[in-house]
Amino acid sequence: MKIKVAADPKSVLEGSLEIANYFGYLSGVHHVQVDVERDANLGSCVGGILVDVGGEKYRVKDKKEAARLFVQGVILRKKVEDLVVKKVLPPEEARITQEVPIVKRNFGKYRDIDGYISLGGYEALKKALKMKPEKVVEEVKNSGLRGRGGAGFPTGLKWESALKEKSSEKFVVCNADEGEPGTFKDRVIIEEDPHALIEGMIISAYAVGASKGYIYIRGEYSDVAENLKKAISEAYDKGFLGEDILGSGFDFELVLRFGGGSYIAGEETALLESIEGRAARSRFKPPYPTQKGLFGKPTVVNNVETLVKVPWIILNGAEQYKKYGTESSPGTKLFSICGKANKRVVVELPLGVTLREIVYAYGEGVYGEGELAMVQTGGKAGTFVSKEKIDVKLDFDAVKEGVSLGSGAIVLIDDKSTFLDIALNVIEFFEHESCGKCTPCREGMFLMKKIVSKMVEEGKIDYDALQEIERIVLIMKDSSLCGLGQSVHNPMISLIRMLERGEVA
Amino acid sequence: MTINGREYEFDKPMTVLDTARKVGIYIPTLCYHPRITQNGSCRMCLVEIEGQRLLQTACTTYIRDGMKLWTHSERVKAAVRHNLELLRMIHPDDCQTCEVNGRCELQDLLQRFGVERTIDYYGNAVDILDESSPAIRRDLEKCVKCFRCVKACEEIQDLSVYAMIKRGHYEYPATAFDAPVYNTVCVGCGQCSFVCPVGAITEKPDWRKVLELLEDGDKVVIVQTAPATRVAIAEEFGAEPGTISTGKMVAALRRLGFDYVFDTNFGADLTIVEEGNEFVERVNKGGPFPMFTSCCPAWVNYAEKVFPWVTKHLSSARSPHMMLGAIAKTYFADKIGKKPEDIVVVSIMPCTAKKDEILRDQLIIDGWQPVDYVLTTRELGKLIRLKGIPFMSLPEEDYDHPLGVSTGAAAIFGVTGGVMEAALRTAYEVITGETLPKVEFDEVRGLDGVRDATIKIGDKEVKIAVVHGLKNTEMLLKKMERGEVFYHFVEVMACPGGCIGGGGQPKSLDPDVIRKRAEAIYEIDEMMELRKSHENPAIKQLYKEFLKKPLGELSEKLLHTHYRDRSKEYLNLWKYYEKERVS
Repeated sequence: MKIKVAADPKSVLEGSLEIANYFGYLSGVHHVQVDVERDANLGSCVGGILVDVGGEKYRVKDKKEAARLFVQGVILRKKVEDLVVKKVLPPEEARITQEVPIVKRNFGKYRDIDGYISLGGYEALKKALKMKPEKVVEEVKNSGLRGRGGAGFPTGLKWESALKEKSSEKFVVCNADEGEPGTFKDRVIIEEDPHALIEGMIISAYAVGASKGYIYIRGEYSDVAENLKKAISEAYDKGFLGEDILGSGFDFELVLRFGGGSYIAGEETALLESIEGRAARSRFKPPYPTQKGLFGKPTVVNNVETLVKVPWIILNGAEQYKKYGTESSPGTKLFSICGKANKRVVVELPLGVTLREIVYAYGEGVYGEGELAMVQTGGKAGTFVSKEKIDVKLDFDAVKEGVSLGSGAIVLIDDKSTFLDIALNVIEFFEHESCGKCTPCREGMFLMKKIVSKMVEEGKIDYDALQEIERIVLIMKDSSLCGLGQSVHNPMISLIRMLERGEVA
Repeated sequence: MTINGREYEFDKPMTVLDTARKVGIYIPTLCYHPRITQNGSCRMCLVEIEGQRLLQTACTTYIRDGMKLWTHSERVKAAVRHNLELLRMIHPDDCQTCEVNGRCELQDLLQRFGVERTIDYYGNAVDILDESSPAIRRDLEKCVKCFRCVKACEEIQDLSVYAMIKRGHYEYPATAFDAPVYNTVCVGCGQCSFVCPVGAITEKPDWRKVLELLEDGDKVVIVQTAPATRVAIAEEFGAEPGTISTGKMVAALRRLGFDYVFDTNFGADLTIVEEGNEFVERVNKGGPFPMFTSCCPAWVNYAEKVFPWVTKHLSSARSPHMMLGAIAKTYFADKIGKKPEDIVVVSIMPCTAKKDEILRDQLIIDGWQPVDYVLTTRELGKLIRLKGIPFMSLPEEDYDHPLGVSTGAAAIFGVTGGVMEAALRTAYEVITGETLPKVEFDEVRGLDGVRDATIKIGDKEVKIAVVHGLKNTEMLLKKMERGEVFYHFVEVMACPGGCIGGGGQPKSLDPDVIRKRAEAIYEIDEMMELRKSHENPAIKQLYKEFLKKPLGELSEKLLHTHYRDRSKEYLNLWKYYEKERVS
């Protein structure tokens, strides 16, 4: 016998997964062999959860009704008249946003460069090399592509300012130092589609007039870096890298560099310092990297995900790309769902998708005893979003509502975690990762750790000290050198507000 | 543009900080220093700019047309005060006995903003006290992590003795493998102690020992003052850089209780006679060229440690104060009927490396040190202050005879190009036997990093170069190694601007301080009646009565030295590596 439980986001939020689990539990109790399936396309109903038992559709409000349905409908195989649903809403009404494979277009489809070429790889490069660099920049600019590393700076504008700089030498750098906790999208890209990254880098170098590129990959990714190394040498062999690429007269050299494990090395100027052989500490801006970057030369730093999108945009055109997403944030975004999520995956969704859909439809809710309490979006420096605000649309404008998109990390946190657990976790991380260059971040993080550790030791929340923390993070935001210190207030303030509203203990 | 509601007009791009200073608006700074590039890390010079979401640092932001900014808004002050509170959190409260008390930029800022200790003192990242070097002392408990020492050593000297290691609160400016600084490539120039805003790096303090010597010693205490001190010491008492205060300094030294006040310029004249004759001898013998000057001890250390081939080319002449010390303990001691052991010679120097130089084995004569103590200009200032001597209102007094007589050639030793110019004045007349038509050699003057010229002396053409700052020196030496340039005579000064920009000079945030002091030095030269070293009557008398002739037997013993290759000494620093210190 087969039981199908609706698993569209609406039903999931109303507890359909619990009901589904409960059916499994009942089958064990009653020693009845049943097949419980979660079906996102079953449809839904008003005022309960839609359950399909042997083709008959029922509406179940709670576990009590589920138990009754199980006994009467499954074991006794009778029709339970009072639970029969009158109106089934079609799945379209609770339709979930479908994945759009732009970045994931080649995932799992090839093993080497020949496979990539047979999938249409390096076609975009051929097309780009026939265009003028200005045209390539124009196309990327028109697509409205924004940086996928976290800050969301328009990629086309960045390229344009680097293209305008007059310099004997320019560089392009790929930021693969994916140190943001809860983010693992770039790792998946490098594992599954390294050639798209290389192709994107060559196109970006051609567009801005760079002759050398670096991929700065975090040291912990040494295993996937092997994949990338192999792909680079294949691209050299096939003539996509090196001198006079595809007979266009354009030379490009690509080098792989490993990070030493510092979080701040993911900040673009710190990353450049690290490539130059110094300790990763942020530089002051301006001058921006596009003016004075690596070794003092104009440099474009792009995230892995951004670069992988470039070949697709060149091939399919900016208009095609703009069909996805919202007006201010076109295109798709990779989200990496983790934390207490039932399903920890990387999904590619158009921007403007609601957090609810990501959490329930793709992350399938939280596992274990607890209930979902909050979600941290955008990485460690992102905001905590309470369960009440879960219907927020995720795009670059969500920041205005206090929800950061950041790197696309979606960390689910259940109600077993207390305020002090979470606060200490955040602060210990930043205290350890502050590069130490500027005063407010360096000593402010240290002081906050002292304050919170004291609270943890005493086991109670000191509200006066919380005020002090608020002051520290706000001044840190106002006066820090780089994005690290400037964004610590995101998690801290949002967490303190949740505490005040009683949404976390 | 508008600053604090008032409109100003400027025609060239400048940073907000320079602009504000120009119009007399105070902006607090801590990591900014004119001698190095800005770091933008202390977050003290914050300003609020209209249209900018966050506060910006004045030292790194350039002015724009129509820019509106506020330097003292409540928001700015709150941030600055908070950052100062955080610095106070890691800074110990031992100002009273701190070497830089009253000359500390952090202390000034805390005072200016009235920052009490609102946060408990949690201790600094490390409490390393490194007294290994005779030149500088590092007390890292006081470090405020401004990066100035790291940048000074890298940008001025290209030695990079220090690097900030570790992260966050736990970072500190460490030497390689945390080795004692004396065992590293450090040459003791003291530029780090000059730029340090607090007392984390200071000269190795010797003033207390000198004070005790003066107060209850029974020895004859002789003091000598370097050429560059007289144009800088007044800055310790609030005067403008470049104020000439030779006479007041002599008067102050007498009041401190020194028995004889001599002038290192005498030693400089003697150096020129010896070194000039050595050069003439090399010209006649045909080498070895190039000949390098040897009066800068930091440069000598650098040559021995980094470019050992240079040691064979260095002039064998000792530095001026060592010559004067040796003469004072022999020739002058005889005159007053004392033995060398009964005399203590103290040198007032703009330099920390001189503290290291006096301990060199090669300079010890018959078991005694020619100079016993070296005090920096800053230390002298402190001594005068501590003794309550009203420096600025003292009368002008003269140096004691005979070792206080000097010429203009000696005076310019204090500025880059000065030794070269002084040597040329003498060498010209010794080689040609004619009187120099114009004493000024404008080719070697100025503050460019490297200056070279070809000088015609009689029928010979002499190629000379003048370089200051070890970074410039390194570039020049590498060019020589590649055979791109050739010189007969090269003057090297390790510090920017020569001794006037020395590591022991009064601390200054004036970007023009070197130029102002240099102008004063040249002014002293011009005021002198005698401007060539070999015309110094006291020197002539010294040769007649005692030394007999330049490069003679006694000269070789008292006034010359030799060098050795120390390039292997600082290499195996890993032995200082302690596992528990480096995590």
